[in-house]
Amino acid sequence: MKYIEKNKVIGAVREMVLDSAVNLEKTVCDYLKAAFRTETEPLAKNVLDQIIENQDLARKEQIPLCQDTGIAVCFAEVGNQLHFDYDLEAAINEGVRQGYKEGYLRKSIVGHPLIRINTLDNTPAIFHLKLIAGDELRLHFAPKGGGSENMSRLAMLTPGDGKEGVKRFVRETIVLGGGKPCPPLIVGVGIGGNFEKCALLAKEAIFRPLGDEAENPEDLALERELFQEINALGVGPMGLGGKTTCLAVKVNSFACHIASLPVAVNLQCHSARKAHAVLRGEDR
Amino acid sequence: MKRLLAPVSETDRLALRVGEEILISGILYTGRDQAHRLLVEMIQKHQQPPIPFAGQIIYYVGPTPAKPHQPIGACGPTSGYRMDPFSLVLMEKGLKIMIGKGERSDAFKTELMRQQAVYLIGIGGIGALMAKTVKKASLIAFPELESEAIFKLEVEDFPAIVAYDAAGGDIFKR
Repeated sequence: MKYIEKNKVIGAVREMVLDSAVNLEKTVCDYLKAAFRTETEPLAKNVLDQIIENQDLARKEQIPLCQDTGIAVCFAEVGNQLHFDYDLEAAINEGVRQGYKEGYLRKSIVGHPLIRINTLDNTPAIFHLKLIAGDELRLHFAPKGGGSENMSRLAMLTPGDGKEGVKRFVRETIVLGGGKPCPPLIVGVGIGGNFEKCALLAKEAIFRPLGDEAENPEDLALERELFQEINALGVGPMGLGGKTTCLAVKVNSFACHIASLPVAVNLQCHSARKAHAVLRGEDR
Repeated sequence: MKRLLAPVSETDRLALRVGEEILISGILYTGRDQAHRLLVEMIQKHQQPPIPFAGQIIYYVGPTPAKPHQPIGACGPTSGYRMDPFSLVLMEKGLKIMIGKGERSDAFKTELMRQQAVYLIGIGGIGALMAKTVKKASLIAFPELESEAIFKLEVEDFPAIVAYDAAGGDIFKR
């Protein structure tokens, strides 16, 4: 049995919150710069230029990249040799609480969707737990903005809709979103599973490293085709037209029922903030 | 680049054309979902709203908290479409310029043209850059709403793009 002190978990989450709000990952910056080079529409180029300048300024002066510092989403992969004698979810929430306060980040969470009173510390976080082999706790964190989350969609298609049906639904989602989800986007697509699994697949897809590709050849083909098709739609940066509507498409799939073809599209805005931490369990 | 002084005269407003990139200096009032709901409630109860509408600009933003010795935190625009039903009422009361991001509803566009009003957009997700244009922020109303409260911003060279002009021009139409 291995242990990780509660304060280490709190500290790691706090640091991820603080870091992700102001430092955009290098890969995302590289993709934005590559898009700037290939974009030909003047207004689209100007928008991309300002997005790139914004992340430089945010890093240099430690100003949040975006005023929407998101709902805190945290995936915890827990090694099966670990034992927790405290509430892991509560520790993650404490890290979120401390990070949002310390970083002067916006508290964007209301306690009930209809009563809408702000919780004042950006908790609770959305917490996903997954068991893995080993003695590590791997944390993946994203401050997920409301604008791109609001334009995300899910449909229960029929098996007969097939690949074309999936692609049509994804393209339709991008067009309906227009400028509102803050393109250029990272498009997370979940196919299969059931209703809730499919949404989770799409969320996991936007957490994948930007440069990777799906392992399953069918999913990989879908990623490549959708990337071309989405960028041919002409939505462009902030919906103002241009070649750059998405920076990447990520497809995650799972087995499903003979009657179903669930598809979920989770959109990630260009301010694709993520942070990761790995804590190793120790003997007590 | 074209400059716009706020509050905005009718002549300046009507001269704005879709696609123009402009720099605004002067006063912006912040307001997003909850502030809009409360403003409309006050109007419906025949109470005096806490901000003037004639000539003024409402900017859809919920900034991050200001760090010590800074006027404001990151302060880019939020999507405008969520304000659509409330904007219909505010335009009726004299509001003519709004700043947000993204497309609006047909009902909003129709009323916008009828009122000869203008919808401007900022670039979403460049909140750090936008913060540099704000010289002063004062709390005006609804402090309980925190980041959604109404602030009066004094801005210098605040960048915006004309998305819908008073003549029916629409930047999102391709």
